Amino acid sequence: MTATNSSEYKGIWVFAEQRDGVIANVTFELLGKCREFADKLGQKLSAVLIGENLEDTAHELIYFGADEVILADSPVFSKYRTNPYTDILVELVNEYKPSMIIYGATSVGRDLAPRVAARLKTGLTADCLDLEVDDNGLLIQTKPSYGGNIMCKIICPNHRPQMTTVRPKVFPMPARDSSRTGEIVRKKVNIKEEDIPVKIIETAKEESKGPKIEEADVIVAGGRGLETKENLKLIKELADVLGGTIGVTRPLVDEGWLPPYYQIGQSGKTVKPKLIITCGISGAVQFTVGMQSADVIVAIDKNPDAPIFNVATYGIVGRVEEIVPELIKKFKAMLNK
Amino acid sequence: MNIIVCVKQVPDTMDVKIDPVTKNLIREGIEGVINPFDKNAIEEAVKIKDEYGGKVTAISMGPPQFKESLKEALAMGVDEAILISDRAFAGADTLATSYVLAEAIKKIGNYDLIFCGKHAVDADTGQVGPEIAERLGIPQITFVKSLKLENDAVVAERLLEDAVEKVTVKLPAVITTTKELNEPRYPSPIKIMKAARKEIPIWSASELNADPEQIGLKGSPTQVVDIFTPEKTTEVEMIQGTAEEIANTLFEKLREKKVL
Repeated sequence: MTATNSSEYKGIWVFAEQRDGVIANVTFELLGKCREFADKLGQKLSAVLIGENLEDTAHELIYFGADEVILADSPVFSKYRTNPYTDILVELVNEYKPSMIIYGATSVGRDLAPRVAARLKTGLTADCLDLEVDDNGLLIQTKPSYGGNIMCKIICPNHRPQMTTVRPKVFPMPARDSSRTGEIVRKKVNIKEEDIPVKIIETAKEESKGPKIEEADVIVAGGRGLETKENLKLIKELADVLGGTIGVTRPLVDEGWLPPYYQIGQSGKTVKPKLIITCGISGAVQFTVGMQSADVIVAIDKNPDAPIFNVATYGIVGRVEEIVPELIKKFKAMLNK
Repeated sequence: MNIIVCVKQVPDTMDVKIDPVTKNLIREGIEGVINPFDKNAIEEAVKIKDEYGGKVTAISMGPPQFKESLKEALAMGVDEAILISDRAFAGADTLATSYVLAEAIKKIGNYDLIFCGKHAVDADTGQVGPEIAERLGIPQITFVKSLKLENDAVVAERLLEDAVEKVTVKLPAVITTTKELNEPRYPSPIKIMKAARKEIPIWSASELNADPEQIGLKGSPTQVVDIFTPEKTTEVEMIQGTAEEIANTLFEKLREKKVL
């Protein structure tokens, strides 16, 4: 394949993901990390914001670290759709020639980035857990394979832009600084609604009680060791006492105990709470890859050799039915609830 | 309705190890199976064919042993299977893979729907489906949990992080499938026997007239520079005693850590 002339490509782009004008947290996390890269390389950090009525939203991206916001504002972008977003992003890349574009590994990022990569004929690395840049601006991307059992470091040496999707919550949220200033570059949009093949009929929000699982500070998670569906009530009660939410492993979702919304792990959500209490979860790597960066991990399982104890901060060997009711009683009393 | 399903063969376990010296995957004792999400893709394709008529073709790019998965696809009800195999394809990243699969799809021609699993559980990229769609210049609907046909269009529900999005698009289109879409069938012994006897043609690079610059390592912009097993960093502290003692100790510990 013909290599691109890397020296023509400069600047770091973060694809700014938004839904109904609300920027996804992963975008801020990526701006924080890419701010480091921009300073190290002496390059500009740009956020590319595509949507409708986003003038005010654009400033937020500057407060979180962007030097400039490239804004494509049009009714055709009101909701994310593959084709118009690809069209405008590719047009912008051809105009500005960034050295790298970083996306969140979300349903949007993982739908859009490969489409852009195939049109630009450049490389793309999926679902990264870490990023570094060397002094020459080469992006070193660490991604899990085989359900997190193996890690790969991947580079894209001869093609530009270098592109990657990064899993939410792997980089910390940077501080917001409303004294930061930057430029907003407005891009004229020539895409017409009638040329867009996909129409959105409706979007139905999944209802969940308590905080969103990706944003919860406390999660109580259940696995096969709950033994009965009835025992889901125990972990719900413990989560309520702690002001948290619940999550489950894939087998419980496959059994239909709870919808996929609650699934933590490789094929579910990645969470990074302050505290996670796992109840009856043996700790297959497909699960732990989704929660191992929690600040404190308490693991309860009846099998003393369960691999969950390899990632836990505190381990308790016992049956969920015996341990969890005591925790509820104690925590309720101490936390006055 | 002419449907093409892209199938990848993956190890039957994700519990794999790497040889620390050669950095190669230790393949001993690892069997190959159809990527789980690709089974949902096959099931949906066969279901649609059963209802509307037409033909389902399964394709897979990989070494000769990938024939095993194609045989399973045939047993599940796929009409024809083609293995796309050539040493020149080795080392392909998603961009080079999508090139080869798109060329094969063009050679088959006259397609209405193309199915791919939402991602393969080994490399876990989910990129090949959208990249094929782009190379064919047709729309994609990713993460599909329900699907129905309406005249020359498809109506699909997409499973997003915290919402379900219902969309419609005119055919042809690429669909990527989730496990919520259907329950893949178990083929009967008779169908397995019939499938075992069926010829699976092999298409090489020359049969596809593939551009040598766009296949294998040469056609792959990304390179793997290191592969390693992640290390664990913390040592667990076990809490013992009666359930009540455990609750008391844990509460104190969590207070110390300032998480309560």
